[in-house]
Amino acid sequence: MIKRAFFAGLATAFISTASHAELLDLEKDELTFGFIKLTDMAPLAVAYENGYFLDEGLFVTLEAQANWKVLLDGVIDGTLDGAHMLAGQPLAATIGFGTEAHIITPFSMDLNGNGITVSNDIWEQMKPHIPLMEDGRPQHPISASALKPVVEDFQARGEPFNMGMVFPVSTHNYELRYWLAAGGLEPGYYSPENISGQIGADVFLSVTPPPQMPATLEAGTIHGYCVGEPWNQQAVFKGIGVPVITDYQLWKNNPEKVFGITKEFAEENPNTTKAVVKALIRAAIWLDENDNANRPEAVEILSRPEYVGADYDVIANSMTGFFEFEKGDKRDIPDFNVFFRYNATYPFYSDAIWYLTQMRRWGQIAEAKSDAWYKDVATSVYRPDIYLEAARLLVDDGLADEADFPWDSDGFKAPTPAEDIIDGIPYDGRAPNAYLESLPIGLKANQTVVGNEVQG
Amino acid sequence: MTAIDPDSLSPDADKEVRRERLFTRINAADKWFQVLGLSWVSPVLRAAAGDNPKAQMHEIWRLLGVPLLAIAAFLMLWATLAPQVQTSLGAIPGPADVWEQAVNLHEDALDKAASKAEFDAKVAQLNERRVEAGKEPVERAYTGAPSYYAQIWTSIKTVFFGFMIATIVAVPLGILAGLSPYANAALNPLIQIFKPVSPLAWLPIVTMVVSATYATDGDGWFAKSFLNSAITVTLCSLWPTLINTALGVSSIDKDLVNVSKVLKMSTWTKITKLVLPSSLPLIFTGLRLSLGVGWMVLIAAEMLAQNPGLGKVVWDEFQNGSSQSLAKIMVAVFTIGIIGFLLDRLMYAIQSLFTFTNNR
Repeated sequence: MIKRAFFAGLATAFISTASHAELLDLEKDELTFGFIKLTDMAPLAVAYENGYFLDEGLFVTLEAQANWKVLLDGVIDGTLDGAHMLAGQPLAATIGFGTEAHIITPFSMDLNGNGITVSNDIWEQMKPHIPLMEDGRPQHPISASALKPVVEDFQARGEPFNMGMVFPVSTHNYELRYWLAAGGLEPGYYSPENISGQIGADVFLSVTPPPQMPATLEAGTIHGYCVGEPWNQQAVFKGIGVPVITDYQLWKNNPEKVFGITKEFAEENPNTTKAVVKALIRAAIWLDENDNANRPEAVEILSRPEYVGADYDVIANSMTGFFEFEKGDKRDIPDFNVFFRYNATYPFYSDAIWYLTQMRRWGQIAEAKSDAWYKDVATSVYRPDIYLEAARLLVDDGLADEADFPWDSDGFKAPTPAEDIIDGIPYDGRAPNAYLESLPIGLKANQTVVGNEVQG
Repeated sequence: MTAIDPDSLSPDADKEVRRERLFTRINAADKWFQVLGLSWVSPVLRAAAGDNPKAQMHEIWRLLGVPLLAIAAFLMLWATLAPQVQTSLGAIPGPADVWEQAVNLHEDALDKAASKAEFDAKVAQLNERRVEAGKEPVERAYTGAPSYYAQIWTSIKTVFFGFMIATIVAVPLGILAGLSPYANAALNPLIQIFKPVSPLAWLPIVTMVVSATYATDGDGWFAKSFLNSAITVTLCSLWPTLINTALGVSSIDKDLVNVSKVLKMSTWTKITKLVLPSSLPLIFTGLRLSLGVGWMVLIAAEMLAQNPGLGKVVWDEFQNGSSQSLAKIMVAVFTIGIIGFLLDRLMYAIQSLFTFTNNR
């Protein structure tokens, strides 16, 4: 309680800074945003708690949602005006995989922030296959090739090896698949008739809502999972599982959640949309400024029951720059959660295209598409134009630094070099088909999934 | 006329009269103590007034001592057994932890009041800026998270709203079914089929129907989530009232019915002067059952649909998975239990006000 009072005092000191900024003519000033209990919803909580929404004249209510499907349906049917979304959700909804609706994203919420955890039992079986460092701790990053013999044991016994991810088009699904495939395990394909995603799979992936991951792992229904924080650290604290790899180690600074709204909302309420993005950019700046100096305060906000609600220590682990693997094996990962640095909030087309390539790789997009198609979808969903307008207003108000924004970007990040990705396969968003060809496991060119096999 | 001189009345007899009067009063009050669930008060009063202390001690022991002892035994059993069950969220909390979290929730509610004040200050600041910019100042509802008390209040409002609709529908239908064997034959199969349906089955249907038919542009009378929970409560708490009303009406004394025929009463007079008064005890029994069912259903509906209220508190804490979650859930469990008990007592008190017989 004392801690909160102290932070509240700090927060009030920040409020007055915006008082000279110009108020936009808002089309709608009472908004409800949805979120899932994950630490990367932080920009929303901070924008609320630090009064950034109110500075823009926005009266925002934040509501936790039960799962990603409920959240997406809420945005589509208008119960929610916007939400903290999986990057794949606006893309999949727009191309009509799952519920169809045109959703856009003017703001990318963060980089990294996920991990893959296996149960204690599986960890013990994996350990003999993991090389050790001089001090006896396992050498990182751990490849899924260490999991392969364990899965083969399961197959020999005729038992399915199950893992959890949070949604069919979630980052976690693609990251878990990437990790498994990079280690030589088949994570299974989707086909138009069979959307279980388990066609030809060595490891069977299924959906579990993030907050229920630890409980499901404990119950033995799944042997491991890929999820955002704090649910990997929660497994360590509860002593029920061991994180084997973070997505930062899988692919350095990979794009994570986005803020999604419907296209109609953005068209009907252009000023409101800009005001929301302004508030969110300010929150992101605050989260990363002075070398993460505000993170402890952010963790306190997140640990309140109405936001993430997990224990302070659990959330603090990843948010303040280190990550606990086995109990006691804490390692520094300063960029585990990035909210603003490296242009984290700019919605890059190349990020959208990576998600689209993964949808194609695993058969969620059933047919081959041209490079131009990938770019068209990306530009219709990711909206850096709105983002930059909002950023410009902030710079004019003196609330953001001109140098922090990529004003002249064409929307593509520089290609990710081979050394930043676990299997050493570089990614260039301008050439999605060539990238798909370079991945050893996954659909290529004109291949399709028919019945239980890959054809073409 | 008797020729007793008032002065000759012994002081003893005088005292006796006053004692008698006191006992009559205690007996009259006893009925109310029972209604309030405080039946142990009357033997205490009687003993204090000096009525056969031994017999009263027996009563006090039965009405106060045994329940207190049982509660103490329950607390001890809980305190010793709970720490032995280890979950991944730590041991099951004992009474002390739960009490601590109850205090915590209270302090949290106070904190929320402080955030509300902060919110108001920020809105005032915003309005100053709006006025400076030549715009109308705005006034909007508080957007922060509701406190525990607010959640309790939401649940109570919802259950009463649903219960009210159920009563308005069920009592007339019940009277109809009680008066006319044909109406009874028509309603009976429907009642029998819908009565056992769980709230969890109704909820998805209610949710879809409400969102399709009840269009709100942000300023309807009720929030959709409120209607979802309330209507689910209605659907499940309809039946006890309906059945008991029908039973009460159909079992009116035949003589009374004959009298009404002799007097050539109109149907309306018959219902208001005869049917309702004589079936009230059973109608109230039905209402009491309905409210109890409604309360149970509401919590389940709130949990499943994530609608605001105590059910959501429980579910959110389960999802939070913090080290305090289990204790907070237990606070909610006790709150739910105590409120359910109070609701029942409330109905019982109203029933006692309206009915004159002991037939309840």
